[in-house]
Amino acid sequence: MNFFLISLIKMGIVTAAFMTTLAYLQWIERKVLAHIQSRLGPYRVGPHGLLQPLADTLKLLMKEGFIPSHVNKFFYLLAPFLAVFFALISICVIPFGPSVEVLGVRTDMGLADLSIGVLFILAISSAGVYGIALAGWASNNKYSLMGGLRSSAQMISYELPMAIALASPLLILNDLSLRTIVNEQAGFYLGVLPRWTIFQMPFPQIFSFVIFLISGFAETNRVPFDLPEAENELVAGFHTEYSSMGFASFFMAEYANMVTVCCMATVLFLGGWHPLFPSTLGSDFVPVLLALAAGAMLLYHGVAQPISGRPWDRLTMPAAGVVFSLVGLVFLVPMLKPFLIPLFWFVSKAGFLMFTFIWVRGTLPRFRYDQLMNFTWKFLFPVAILNLLITAFAVALQEPKS
Amino acid sequence: MDLILFILFATIAVVCGISLVVQKHPIGSALSLIGVMGSLAVLYLLLGAEFIAAVQLIVYAGAIMVLFVFVIMLLNAGEEAPGGKSWPSRLLGVPLLTVFLGLLAYLMQLMAPSMGMVTFGSFNTGAKELGRSLFNNYLLPFEVTSVLVLIAILGAIVLARKEID
Amino acid sequence: MPQLNAVPMSWYLILSAILFTLGVAGFLFRRNIITVFMSIELMLNAVNLSFVAFSHQLRQVDGQIFTFFVMVVAAAEAAVGLAIILTVFKNRQTLSIDEVSSLKN
Repeated sequence: MNFFLISLIKMGIVTAAFMTTLAYLQWIERKVLAHIQSRLGPYRVGPHGLLQPLADTLKLLMKEGFIPSHVNKFFYLLAPFLAVFFALISICVIPFGPSVEVLGVRTDMGLADLSIGVLFILAISSAGVYGIALAGWASNNKYSLMGGLRSSAQMISYELPMAIALASPLLILNDLSLRTIVNEQAGFYLGVLPRWTIFQMPFPQIFSFVIFLISGFAETNRVPFDLPEAENELVAGFHTEYSSMGFASFFMAEYANMVTVCCMATVLFLGGWHPLFPSTLGSDFVPVLLALAAGAMLLYHGVAQPISGRPWDRLTMPAAGVVFSLVGLVFLVPMLKPFLIPLFWFVSKAGFLMFTFIWVRGTLPRFRYDQLMNFTWKFLFPVAILNLLITAFAVALQEPKS
Repeated sequence: MDLILFILFATIAVVCGISLVVQKHPIGSALSLIGVMGSLAVLYLLLGAEFIAAVQLIVYAGAIMVLFVFVIMLLNAGEEAPGGKSWPSRLLGVPLLTVFLGLLAYLMQLMAPSMGMVTFGSFNTGAKELGRSLFNNYLLPFEVTSVLVLIAILGAIVLARKEID
Repeated sequence: MPQLNAVPMSWYLILSAILFTLGVAGFLFRRNIITVFMSIELMLNAVNLSFVAFSHQLRQVDGQIFTFFVMVVAAAEAAVGLAIILTVFKNRQTLSIDEVSSLKN
């Protein structure tokens, strides 16, 4: 009974946090893209457009769910459901932190610890293509069909380098459970260099990290690999015929996939919740200092030097500054420290990777279709295999046991 | 719990299997087959074969069936034309298959008392045990299979490429 | 009356038999090459289920190894088979097996 109760509570927390992240990721993406392009981005709804996700969700919910007359109705309705299901389910094996004691109950941070966690993620992500392919096919529209075809070809092709890039760190870490994988990456070389997989001996996995990230871009259909939904070629690709909730589901699936890829890269290559440098050198104070710095900056801009023309910014910015400083002080509370500090490191690593996704979207143009295929089959795949071979040799030479 | 899960997923598998046979459109059949494979993966988990369950999803549902769906979409295959069946096959087909199934089930039931029950967790094989067995006892078949896959890749490329005139 | 936390082994085998029969039915009754091909995959899956069930029964890992090999061979078979289907469609513009019969006469 206790187990069920704890699981339910954890499920609620993770679901709430995940959904909020998905909604705000879109706001962050629009803001970052806007600033890359010297614009302001969403600004009208709430302070600095902070309520924009709420408004968007409301709009999508209120819209008429229009079903075109020429579609295959069953598959047309099934496709967004499949896409969002396979996108959301992978979060349940990601470990966010070590096992902690809350109110006298010892529990792992994370929903489930499967002994085949890595394979589970691979299986789920490979099933994610059906949503897109079916949407393209059921829409009965040649642009959508092209989008669906492109996405299934692209996802099959990029799954290979992705799986092989995943295999190399597994050779070093010697386990498939994600929690064990993170635990194996604890500790430091020479007291400073973390034992994350991208630094770990005998062969640092920096190449497979890059390959994994590139294939991750392709698996989530992000720029520069967003050919399934290339606007100037295919209208909107596979989701041309979708409106309201159908469209929202695809949107949500894309962001959820992005979160999953970033979490996976964090867990497998960046040491999960382990800090960048040892806590003896003061890594526990990084979140405090960051939050205090952000609060001080907001206070400075809000009170001392108002840059914004709108009157209520003089009110909201100092308020936000105070809130940020308080959040920083929360990290100092001894009771909350054991799970807030690991969570901070996990979220900041995954968040940096998500920022990279957006950054790349603001920077790179889209591939041409033949370039896309040549890139994976003639470059990424051989490099991944070479990396796997070298890692295998290094591991075999290092370990004396048979 | 085990029994409920088994009945649930066995029902899904059988319904999807029937749907595969009766669906008119190939896409419908393909999706039904994916349903069968997914529920079989859960049954593998119940039997303690974790690795096989994952591989079932990755290889079958994630690669082979995507290929099928891709080809169906590429050829834009429509609903299949009815007819072409001869009278004897139409009359005898279903009864004969039912007899075949009945015979199989009868034989299983005959052996049943000696076979016992399946309880979850009594025999778990992860990737480690499987890998050890694969690379010790079954090394030669493994290598032969890899050659087979290589030949298949070459064959597929030769068959599917455009002729350069 | 079976207990709730155990499943009789024979049920797995009967399920496997049912799926195999469905595969045979699809193979015999359908006229679309792709669907016929999928019926073959269904039969392979049914056999895999009994392999894994027997592996559990005998407490040996060998049954699962066989399943693994069947999957690999099925993948190879699907690649070549679908390539053949593509070629047939390119040459004849049909997917019906009744119309692909030039070896008959």
